[in-house]
Amino acid sequence: MSSVADSSKVGAPSFVANLQKVLQQNIREYGMFVALFVIMAIFTITTNGIFISSRNISNLINQTGYIAVLAVGMTLVIVIRHIDLSVGFLSGFLGALAAIAMANPEVIEGGLNLPAVVVIPMILVLGILTGLITAFLVAQLGIPAFVATLAGWLGYRGALQLVTARTGTIIIADETFNALSNGFIPDIFAPDTGPLPGVHKLTLILGVLAIILINVSQINDRRKKQAYGFEVLSNDIFILKLVFISALTAGITWIMAGYNGLSWTVVIVLGVVIVYDFVTSQTVLGRHIYAVGGNPEAAQLSGVNIKTITYVVFCSMGMLSALSGILYASRFKSATTTAGNLFELEAIAAAFIGGVSPAGGIGKVIGSIVGALVMGSLSSGMNLMGIDISLQYIVKAAVLAVAVIFDVATRNRGR
Amino acid sequence: MSTPILEMRNITKEFPGVKALNNVSFRVAAGEIHCLVGENGAGKSTLMKVLSGVYPHGSYSGEILFGGQVQTFRNIRDSEHVGIAIIYQELALIPEMTVYENIFLGNEIRRGPTIDWNETIKRATQALQKVRLNVNPATKVKDLGVGKQQLIEIAKALSRDVKLLILDEPTSALNEDDSENLLSLLRDLREHGVTCIMISHKLKEVLAIADTITVLRDGQTICTLDAQGGQVSEGVLIKHMVGREIDNIYPKRERQRSGEVVLDVANWSAYDPALGRNVLKDVSFNVRRGEIVGLAGLMGSGRTELALSIFGNPDGYRVDGRITLKGRPCHFTHPQAAIAAGVAYVTEDRKGDGLILIQDIKQNITLANLRGIAQRGVINANAEVKVAEDYRTSLNIKTPSIEQRVGNLSGGNQQKVSLGKWLFVKPDLLILDEPTRGIDVGAKYEIYTLMTRLVQQGLSIIMISSELPEVLGMSDRVYIVSSGRITGELPIEEATQERIMQLATN
Repeated sequence: MSSVADSSKVGAPSFVANLQKVLQQNIREYGMFVALFVIMAIFTITTNGIFISSRNISNLINQTGYIAVLAVGMTLVIVIRHIDLSVGFLSGFLGALAAIAMANPEVIEGGLNLPAVVVIPMILVLGILTGLITAFLVAQLGIPAFVATLAGWLGYRGALQLVTARTGTIIIADETFNALSNGFIPDIFAPDTGPLPGVHKLTLILGVLAIILINVSQINDRRKKQAYGFEVLSNDIFILKLVFISALTAGITWIMAGYNGLSWTVVIVLGVVIVYDFVTSQTVLGRHIYAVGGNPEAAQLSGVNIKTITYVVFCSMGMLSALSGILYASRFKSATTTAGNLFELEAIAAAFIGGVSPAGGIGKVIGSIVGALVMGSLSSGMNLMGIDISLQYIVKAAVLAVAVIFDVATRNRGR
Repeated sequence: MSTPILEMRNITKEFPGVKALNNVSFRVAAGEIHCLVGENGAGKSTLMKVLSGVYPHGSYSGEILFGGQVQTFRNIRDSEHVGIAIIYQELALIPEMTVYENIFLGNEIRRGPTIDWNETIKRATQALQKVRLNVNPATKVKDLGVGKQQLIEIAKALSRDVKLLILDEPTSALNEDDSENLLSLLRDLREHGVTCIMISHKLKEVLAIADTITVLRDGQTICTLDAQGGQVSEGVLIKHMVGREIDNIYPKRERQRSGEVVLDVANWSAYDPALGRNVLKDVSFNVRRGEIVGLAGLMGSGRTELALSIFGNPDGYRVDGRITLKGRPCHFTHPQAAIAAGVAYVTEDRKGDGLILIQDIKQNITLANLRGIAQRGVINANAEVKVAEDYRTSLNIKTPSIEQRVGNLSGGNQQKVSLGKWLFVKPDLLILDEPTRGIDVGAKYEIYTLMTRLVQQGLSIIMISSELPEVLGMSDRVYIVSSGRITGELPIEEATQERIMQLATN
């Protein structure tokens, strides 16, 4: 031990000390990634590697998708100090409408026999319209979001039961629609031909491109910060970070390429995350959203229109609820009478695990996605282990509590 | 002087960077009405908070003797326990509860485990009689006017066998009849042996009711006067209150009064639906190019309301009157519109409604003018850094990085961030609400210098300030606001602290 200490020069802190400092300073940001990593590692061990198998991870992501998109929208809702309890049954209701719109009128009353490419945008627009209603109640009439959306929770639950009352479960026959949560992107080579048989080549290529893109943007970003004289990570730690991110991306790519490649769900969720991350971090709109959450009075006096922001955020939530409903219906190739039950609470939990502050103004979209993956991993892993559902809830409760305690503790220390 | 019921000896109370009370000694005789006067920030409220245990024993130095005993209050309950009751400007009643529930809140009359409501109502009725208030004790407090609510606060104190009653600006929100009523009640209570300390800015009232007056200034006791002899006049009090020399921290400049009129406000009134009264009545004033116009007056006189009602009216007052900005009549319905037209407003309460404390300096500076660093809604990160760095340098914001969270900065640096944010909207008219409150002298000087530079560049400034030396040191013209009206306009040559005080306490 002493030789390590001796080798570190005075004034230039050792690599280990540097790493420690960086980890401590960014413990909140990295914390949830570490938690996800640990959870995945534990399940990999307890299931003898089944958990990390390509097939399971692919399934896990397809099952998490419809919560993940809700969590993204919920992040913004909580950031502006509101909540939306209606999104679960709203997604179920809109999923059922999608199923009916695609159904054969001879089988399902009211069926429109429309193709998926028409139905999907239609349902998304419908989602935006429902968001308008919520926003009107909250922003215009000043009804607390908790109450307004609790009414929505009741209303959409009733609406879902109403449209499925005659038929019960509505089977969806449209293959394009069902592929959203069950299908995979096509490969450039036929499977089992060319190099690496059994591996999805296009997925590998995309993975490599992603790694290159991430590295280039990180290096550019660092150069820019250095040009402005900002504090940046020291060279060795920066390289370590790049290696770590690259290895992680490569690992995920390899796992997914091992089983049919990228699923459409992954593509959709990634798309949503990229768009929302861009909007929240790079645009005027995003800045206004965080300003309203950080201090509504100051935001208003700075010329931010709080009503407009409230409308935008609830409409985005409505649209993502519609997307969630579509993904869920597609996943089970049907619309059921109880679709969407408790989705809202899972999305809220994912957001909190991902570091969104209940007080508003703080929380990243990426964090909420990680939160959703944590919840999804817990379900998947414990199912594989054959753990009873009752215990699963208790474990999830503990994880949620620990995540928030951790968040509060690190936040207070930062003050 | 008869035996003191209260003696505070050598009280010193410090906040980070400020000595709010410096070795203050204060004696109150049993059965008298003792008035405490002084400018805003002189330390009156702090002294009362020390006395009532809001600042617990140990957070200040010095000794408190009450009824001959040394007291070490840890909280308000302790001071209430010995018979001290304090009634703040902001009333502490619960609007949705009835009068009798409020009177016995925290002091419930029990019978076994339950509340004895009959006894409560009976005793509440008695307490109401003592304050000569004729209302049904089952009325909800929200249905009563401010004057009556004040009396209920006093009834609440009396129900606890109070020996020393402290009133912080009791008449500031009352109309003349209610004020007169309250004062005669205090005289009544004096007959019944209740000692009373009253903080007030209204010197006429003070002279009418006080047995003894103590003047505080800059956290020190200046003098204690016997008010019964009749030698004390308003003039004497004002002199003691403002008596300090004006420090030489105001940069010299040519006084400006000849530029064209930038802002003209005529017959401006505002009704606040939340308060249910007019906060501004028929206000008319103007601001010229390159001029600093001081808006003097006491806290609560309507200066901030005036600024807000012009600046897009975010509190939703019902306004009436005319605003002309740069020759064009305007009517702003949102701060956004006011900002677009070239008005900026630096708020009084930096932490409450000025800055976003959880965000960094950079984000705060650009918030009011994000379009200025964005193309088609996408923020140019480089431009943002450049803007923030420019203001950090030109305003001398002391920080290791513009990515520092604003909540971690000192008051002076926060104020500079606030100023940077509003200068970045490139305004023609800058409204500064208490621009130097709670910041140290060095930062004050920097802000005065900046203001001087800005008006020389042709900006117009409205400066709302409760600090008279600042008003006199910086303004070209002074308007005095009192009870929602402009009670006077003084060119700087004619303005003195005494005249301003007179118009403000009018």
